[in-house]
Amino acid sequence: MASSSLPARDAAQAPLLSAADVARVVDRMAHQLIERAASLAPEGDATGGLRDLVLVGIPTRGAPLARRLAARVEAFSGTAVDVGTVDITLYRDDLRRRGVRALEPTVLPAAGIDDRLVVLVDDVLFSGRSVRAALDALRDLGRPRAVQLAVLVDRGHRELPIRADFVGKNVPTSRTQQVKVRLQETDGADEVLVTGGAA
Amino acid sequence: MKRHLLEVADLDRADATLVLDTAAQIDQALAGREVKKLPTLRGRTVVNLFYEDSTRTRISFELAAKRLSADVINFSAKGSSVSKGESLKDTALTLEAMGSDAVVVRHSASGAPHRLANWVRGSVVNAGDGTHEHPTQALLDAYTIRRRLGRLEGVRVAVVGDVLHSRVARSNVGLLHTLGAEVTLVAPPTLLPVGVRSWPAEVSYDLDAVLPKSDVVMMLRVQAERMNASFFPSAREYSRRYGLDAPRMAALPDDAIVMHPGPMNRGMEIAAEVADSVRSTIVEQVANGVSVRMAVLYLLLGGSPQ
Amino acid sequence: MTYLIKGAKPYGEDAVDLLLEDGRIAAIGTELAADGAEVVQAAGLVALPGLVDLHTHLREPGREDAETVETGSRAAALGGFTAVHAMANTDPVADTAGVVEQVWRLGQEAGLVDVVPVGAVTVGLEGERLAELGAMADSAARVRVFSDDGHCVSDPALMRRALEYVKAFDGVVAQHAEEPRLTAGAQMHEGDRSASLGLTGWPAAAEEAIIARDVLLAGHVGARLHVCHVSTAGSVEILRWAKSRGVQVTAEVTPHHLLLTDACAETWDPVFKVNPPLRTDADVEALRAGLADGTIDAVGTDHAPHAVEDKESEWAQARPGMLGLEQALSVVVQTMVEPGRLDWRGVADRMSVRPAGIGRLTGHGRPLAVGEPANLLLIDPTARSVVDPAALASRSRNSPYAGRELPGRVVATFLRGSATVLDGKATR
Ligand SMILES: [Zn+2]
Repeated sequence: MASSSLPARDAAQAPLLSAADVARVVDRMAHQLIERAASLAPEGDATGGLRDLVLVGIPTRGAPLARRLAARVEAFSGTAVDVGTVDITLYRDDLRRRGVRALEPTVLPAAGIDDRLVVLVDDVLFSGRSVRAALDALRDLGRPRAVQLAVLVDRGHRELPIRADFVGKNVPTSRTQQVKVRLQETDGADEVLVTGGAA
Repeated sequence: MKRHLLEVADLDRADATLVLDTAAQIDQALAGREVKKLPTLRGRTVVNLFYEDSTRTRISFELAAKRLSADVINFSAKGSSVSKGESLKDTALTLEAMGSDAVVVRHSASGAPHRLANWVRGSVVNAGDGTHEHPTQALLDAYTIRRRLGRLEGVRVAVVGDVLHSRVARSNVGLLHTLGAEVTLVAPPTLLPVGVRSWPAEVSYDLDAVLPKSDVVMMLRVQAERMNASFFPSAREYSRRYGLDAPRMAALPDDAIVMHPGPMNRGMEIAAEVADSVRSTIVEQVANGVSVRMAVLYLLLGGSPQ
Repeated sequence: MTYLIKGAKPYGEDAVDLLLEDGRIAAIGTELAADGAEVVQAAGLVALPGLVDLHTHLREPGREDAETVETGSRAAALGGFTAVHAMANTDPVADTAGVVEQVWRLGQEAGLVDVVPVGAVTVGLEGERLAELGAMADSAARVRVFSDDGHCVSDPALMRRALEYVKAFDGVVAQHAEEPRLTAGAQMHEGDRSASLGLTGWPAAAEEAIIARDVLLAGHVGARLHVCHVSTAGSVEILRWAKSRGVQVTAEVTPHHLLLTDACAETWDPVFKVNPPLRTDADVEALRAGLADGTIDAVGTDHAPHAVEDKESEWAQARPGMLGLEQALSVVVQTMVEPGRLDWRGVADRMSVRPAGIGRLTGHGRPLAVGEPANLLLIDPTARSVVDPAALASRSRNSPYAGRELPGRVVATFLRGSATVLDGKATR
């Protein structure tokens, strides 16, 4: 306990990703999404598979990330893609430990997710439990053709056999460290911080 | 949130709003879905302990718990050891030994859920106790008003009928006040408790004077046996003075709604044409009850944040 | 056994020694000495005449699981009492000479206090026809107080006859004032709190209406009336008016009505369910004022033991009543003595002299003087302690004072010169 409660020095550390870095990473991921959609596109799809793509953010920060990715995809490809959010709170298996939290909306595009390529979007990939909960939630919402995962930061320490298909940045961390993603929409600024513990 | 929901005073404005917001999110999450089931409370046990017949409330709680994947045990007073005179405390200890996480209790004695809460470790949810309170009914009523009118702050609610014996009225007065609505109680003086002036509500004996100033009219069930105890002279006189019929409904503002906690006495406190009108929210109230009870179970059983 | 009490303060006044011999106070003075006497060091303790309770439920015969004459007598002695009136609502009801003599004998055998049986006014407490009041008066128990307590003698004609009839042997009817048609299903005081708790209310008017009726009847027929457990400000007003008109009416107040209010019901703990119910702050204040100015004559405990299962339940299912004997004096010290509303002579008057007079007990309620019966108690008025129901001598545990700190500790009680309590412990 004592060793992990000394954050004073870390607070002064420079961010792992600055606002400019975040923008660059998002752009790169948008390009990767366009490529992947094209490679998985159904035959005869004039939009390069983008018509089929749905970006589904996991609240809190996965939701604005999904919207940003969609905006960048549209900017690069000229094709609008569907966006949604799926709240996983009621699908978590750690309620007893973490306690209740306010629910956030689950919103799916009007066309639904059946037989489409769903890409779940989250800020940080850690144990994998949030993704598992999101997969459970998606199962109740429809039957996608395929589900893939995009995360801004992969910090390792998986507890489930889950991996990301699109990773903004891989960050080796220790378990005791905290990876904090801040976004303009939710936190007033774009940056990624690593605090606490030793790498 | 406190561990139990025994009375509406257990909810401050933030808690009450959280319940309503959570119910709204659940409603939205489940809207249009084929699978109306969430895994949230898998492995948790909810006991419905009903000492009073109330099929509709029991089913509503049962559905709420099942939609959250909890295991549900129905423990009704009939056909169980309860009817053989087992005390509430012994029943509580039995439920405790069975490992129940929550007990939803309906009882004819005011305060019985409070007593039960002394004897069990899990959460206790009051599903109606005597003439005291029925907090989830008040929550679903508030939820219904908010959905229909878009707000609660400043909404003028007339609660009409047997306030004296009504747990629905007690809970609604408290909760609606907490949420910023303005309540007026309308009843013959015999059906208002001595001490009603200490409640955060206006009191009137004149329904016709109150209706034009009401955004919501909540009709309470009036039991005919009250007549025999001289609370009012006859069903006909009661209905004429305090019943809601079509001409009276016409006196309401245009977007006002009519509510009833059910079961209704059509022709007594409410005319059939009113109950079936577009202003009536009676069917919605039933549906909303499930969502609100899901929210309550989730918030009570979800565990408290560290 | 001879006792020499050293340095006690009778009525809280100058310290003296008291010699108790042959059941009487043999000498009072300073520096007394007596060969072979057991010395009781009483420096700082206040000596009072032994307390007399007009209203005790001992539950025997019938509910020996809740209390017996013996356990109730022990509780009484520990509370400083030397005589208690045992209410008639036993099973069988004390409505015949046989039952009252049985209770009286059990009291004699226990030997801790004088147990004075109260006779029922009506057969079976049913309020329909008079019990054999004369036979009970003539019995070995010498009954002088008659009461249907627990029930009101609500029939006005029957009440009138009872009041008249007991004049023949200087008896008194002790009325439990409650108009039953106004209290059907009642659970607590009717007011703001009953409204919000959704418990059926017990209106003050149900008590006051009966008291008003009964003082008029008592005045009309020239009989003695005693009013049990007065609980409302309105009742005090009616009693004050009746006394000013010369009606022979006396009244008692319970310790719990002097201290507790209907706010206790908000705990939903049925230990606070009692009949008549706990009232409001304003009523408590009026009762204290009435006891201080003598409008209310006496403190009567209404000690009502109940078995655990009769209280560990829903409020509505629980039986009404609470323990009182062991804490009565402490409650009076807290509510009346410490605020300066009653001095120790006042306490002796309201808890010993007047109740003994109402019950026509000749050996109790006597002054602390040479030659008088040695019925007295010693109290340490400065001691304070937290009430622990498990430590009570009563067989029941339904004390409304559980966990509450109260002043005053009864150190010793003497019944006709023999110690029933020494060092705060019952001698048998
Ligand atoms: Zn009584």
